[in-house]
Amino acid sequence: MAESRSRTISLGHGSGGLLTHDLVHEVFGARLANPVLDGGGDSALLEVGGARIAFTTDSFVVSPLVFPGGDIGKLAVCGTVNDLAVAGAVPRFLSLAVVLEEGFDRDLLERIADSIAHTAAAAEVLVVTGDTKVVEKGKGDGVYLNTAGVGLLRPAAPGGAASARPGDVVLVNGPCGDHGAVIVSARSGIELSSGLQSDCAPLGGLVAALYDAGVTPRFMRDPTRGGTAGVLAELARGGACGVEVDETSLPVRDEVRGVCELLGMDPLFLANEGKVIVVVPPEQAAAALAALRGHPHGTAAAAIGAITAAHPGQVVLRTRYGGQRLIDMPVSDPLPRIC
Amino acid sequence: MRRRFEVAGIVQGVGFRPFVYRLATRLGLGGHVFNHEAGVTIEVEGDAAAVDAFAAALRPEAPPLSRIDEVRAVDVADAGERAFRIAPSAAHARAATLISPDVAVCDDCRRELFDPADRRHRYPFINCVNCGPRYTIIADLPYDRPKTTMRAFTMCPACQAEYDDPRTRRFHAQPNACPACGPRLALEDAAGRPLPAADPVAAAVARLVAGAILAVKGLGGFHLACDAALAAVVAELRRRKHRDEKPFAVMVRDLEAVAALAAVSDAEARLLTSPERPIVLLARRAGGPSCDEVAPGNRRVGVMLPYTPLHHLLLADAGGFPGPLVMTSANPSDEPIVRDNDEARWRLRGIADAFLVHDRDILVRADDSVLHVAAGMPRQVRRSRGFVPVPVRLPRGGPPVLAVGGELKNTICLTRGRDAFLSQHIGDLENAPTAAFLEEIAAHLQRVLDLRPEVVVHDLHPDYHATRYALHRTDLTRLAVQHHHAHVLACLAEHGREAPCIGLALDGTGYGLDDTIWGGEVLVVDGTAMQRAAHFRALPLPGGEQAIREPWRMALALLHVAGAADRLEQLLPRWPHAEARTARTLRDLLARAHPFPRSSGLGRLFDAVAALLGIRDLATFEGQAAMALEQAAAWDPAVPPYPIDLVPAAPGGTPLVVDPAAMARALLDDLDAGATPARAAARFHATIVATLVTLAQRTRADTSLRLVALGGGVFQNRILLETISARLTADGFEVLAPAQVPANDGGLALGQAYFALLSLG
Ligand SMILES: [Zn+2]
Ligand SMILES: [Zn+2]
Repeated sequence: MAESRSRTISLGHGSGGLLTHDLVHEVFGARLANPVLDGGGDSALLEVGGARIAFTTDSFVVSPLVFPGGDIGKLAVCGTVNDLAVAGAVPRFLSLAVVLEEGFDRDLLERIADSIAHTAAAAEVLVVTGDTKVVEKGKGDGVYLNTAGVGLLRPAAPGGAASARPGDVVLVNGPCGDHGAVIVSARSGIELSSGLQSDCAPLGGLVAALYDAGVTPRFMRDPTRGGTAGVLAELARGGACGVEVDETSLPVRDEVRGVCELLGMDPLFLANEGKVIVVVPPEQAAAALAALRGHPHGTAAAAIGAITAAHPGQVVLRTRYGGQRLIDMPVSDPLPRIC
Repeated sequence: MRRRFEVAGIVQGVGFRPFVYRLATRLGLGGHVFNHEAGVTIEVEGDAAAVDAFAAALRPEAPPLSRIDEVRAVDVADAGERAFRIAPSAAHARAATLISPDVAVCDDCRRELFDPADRRHRYPFINCVNCGPRYTIIADLPYDRPKTTMRAFTMCPACQAEYDDPRTRRFHAQPNACPACGPRLALEDAAGRPLPAADPVAAAVARLVAGAILAVKGLGGFHLACDAALAAVVAELRRRKHRDEKPFAVMVRDLEAVAALAAVSDAEARLLTSPERPIVLLARRAGGPSCDEVAPGNRRVGVMLPYTPLHHLLLADAGGFPGPLVMTSANPSDEPIVRDNDEARWRLRGIADAFLVHDRDILVRADDSVLHVAAGMPRQVRRSRGFVPVPVRLPRGGPPVLAVGGELKNTICLTRGRDAFLSQHIGDLENAPTAAFLEEIAAHLQRVLDLRPEVVVHDLHPDYHATRYALHRTDLTRLAVQHHHAHVLACLAEHGREAPCIGLALDGTGYGLDDTIWGGEVLVVDGTAMQRAAHFRALPLPGGEQAIREPWRMALALLHVAGAADRLEQLLPRWPHAEARTARTLRDLLARAHPFPRSSGLGRLFDAVAALLGIRDLATFEGQAAMALEQAAAWDPAVPPYPIDLVPAAPGGTPLVVDPAAMARALLDDLDAGATPARAAARFHATIVATLVTLAQRTRADTSLRLVALGGGVFQNRILLETISARLTADGFEVLAPAQVPANDGGLALGQAYFALLSLG
């Protein structure tokens, strides 16, 4: 019973949880194996003609297409730019592929294109190639976008989860879960009286500020789908260490807390589109925090936890009452466990 | 003539050899007795009548702590032995031997404890072969002092003489000790600094009287103790432990003191005074000596009697604490009970005002067990100290299996042959220290049982930490079993049954075969095969787990499915913890068919009704609303049920779905017409009883099965357990109900283990 697997794809396979992870590994990883892909990062790190580059791609499917703080166009630029930035690269060029559904509103398409242009300018990247297709009505969800991106790697690119050491400090550039809370509210028709916005933002400049301050992060990752918890779990699983996070230092907006309480969600598991989790050696923690806070996308940055020698492979949240809660990625969309 | 007896069971460390020695000597028989890996071998020689008398007395006169599973006798050739002797144990005496659980102080030791002439007068660690610590101090087998935490103490000549003399109660009593050579008590302040006291017990009592909260080292861990009569002190303990309303257990001096607190039946009195000395849930007397803060809003109270010499001293007639004491497991929030002195000083900082500690280490944590008497017999609610590691005898054996249990109230289970060793209460695995405790106990049980599991079996819920632990055991064959199937199998297992049955599996939450949450299930179970014959309608959980913590949300879900969501404004005043804006938003989300997770858990329907009746809109611990609803019911077996619909899931097909919509409307109309919440709660219970009886009858008609097995935490509800059992029995069913093992998820691992053995058979 345990080993039985359905032969059809479920929505759970796209949740970003273990199901997604397993699907990608079993279907694609097994067939396409090569040393670069097996590296497993969000970006491929390549050497081309003596230059070291990062290369990545991402597809964007979001409902609604326009939401407080952004739209699918802004998301498509930020998503790819941020994957490059957290790989330690300076983002330079993007491709853009568009799949449109018959009957899609041209005004909305232009609005999305404007947004792509503004965001690319702000992120200091050029969209240098593209493709557009139209599918029959009913065979698409308005518009799907795909971007791929190339960036130049810095000499001191972060080493990944395995390079984290006990005592290292875990930082984040601002409150958790804004984007996820905005999307779920919009989809559920929940009125946000507070003006909560998605955190969607390109992070190339913020990462540059870190390097400019002399910080050499051991690990950086943008906590998008799967949330902060997903990145922390990846951090713990990828190395020989544990991760401990302090609930009281974890920044979360009251509005996000409110949405979470209403719908029974945890801000740690909500998606972000303008956040980065940074792990730095303890002696760089103060400089890193100052550099983050000095940048417009990091004013509410905080040190949220540490890498530990204890409980290797696990993420433990120290609760406000001194409890130690294990944080694990749900296999699919979470279902209640308590009675 | 000469006869050899091979005895198997719990026959080591319980005074079995001295008993054999005394019996043989009394009958004038020669021969010997010795321990080995499979139990005890006895040979007796003498005249035939005496040998027969010996054989006849072996079982009935065996020591109270022993449990004889099997005696095989064979006549052998005379050897001319005139005297009887206790021979040395055979080497490697381990494999099939059973470790005794911890045992409350026996009457003999208690007499000596309070006898000024005895050399152990007021010695807090007095014990003998009939009582004292066992499971919690044993690191490995064979059960000898060097393998226990008593190895740190060398016996004085007087103790050694007792230990060597088969005529004493302390012959081979491994924890034997006295004030000259054994463990000592010490009192420490809140920071762990010694507080010199000639009599640490008297000093501790003085502090308790003054309203202090003390950490007291016990058998399986620390307790937090305070005066149960002082509301302010108990409230302070709640504040420090971050424990809102979950009841605290109370310890009192004797049965007379229990009777002042609560109504006690004969069966309950026997349970309270049994050698296991569990916490027994009793009907609380209004105006009794314990304050309401002990169990806020609860008509029951958990009571236990002293079980260690230290408890007896703390509550002694002369110089002891005069009233009931709160005695709750010492742990910050829901973590495992604190075991070591250093751990206590660190983890209980800010909780305890002082520490009453000693230097006999606890090797294995074990919380107090909790039972209640329902449908005429004691039933486990939390099976732990005093009962673990006594095995449950299974209907069949097989290769060694490790079952990892559920997520909350976790226990694990290891099998050896037909014996299933269910672990002590481990707890809620979302806590990192509890998850570590699971691994610690799994390793410990494997060591003391001397077995390596070949199979690991787990729940279907992919996100249970226990499931993940099992999936990491890639060295073992892995099996999974559906939650409610395991509940039913647990009940069959403890009754030693293998026949196909109708299973009523009723609880709050369990992962179903269709990847939704189940919990109101009528199953047809035939070994490893299971089919859903009927189930309660899945209600949306508005806010996922948040709807489990806030029963008013379930009331909203029930209103929604009953087409009565317009009642929200009328009901809001009954829900002090519901914010009107949140409730209205959720009502709208339900109306728009928001994809909330859904659950058929009967526990959720109890939550919904508890909130509809204004009895409980917030749950600060598991099952609180359901418990409050049961206690509020003005129960009478003749009370009329509300209407409820049974609708096939597909036309003419199975499973049948129990739709509570009509019941909800009738209940609201009943309230409008002036019914009290107590009356409506009773009618709700009657509805559930009638529904389940009808479903059992229909399933019998379809399958010809007349055996019914009950499982799931809902059966801690006495009205349901007693009435459903009685009605089904009266209608010709044979009903099996959980007793030795909790009906709740604390018994799940047993059912999982049994499933694995059935799969492999
Ligand atoms: Zn004794
Ligand atoms: Zn002594």
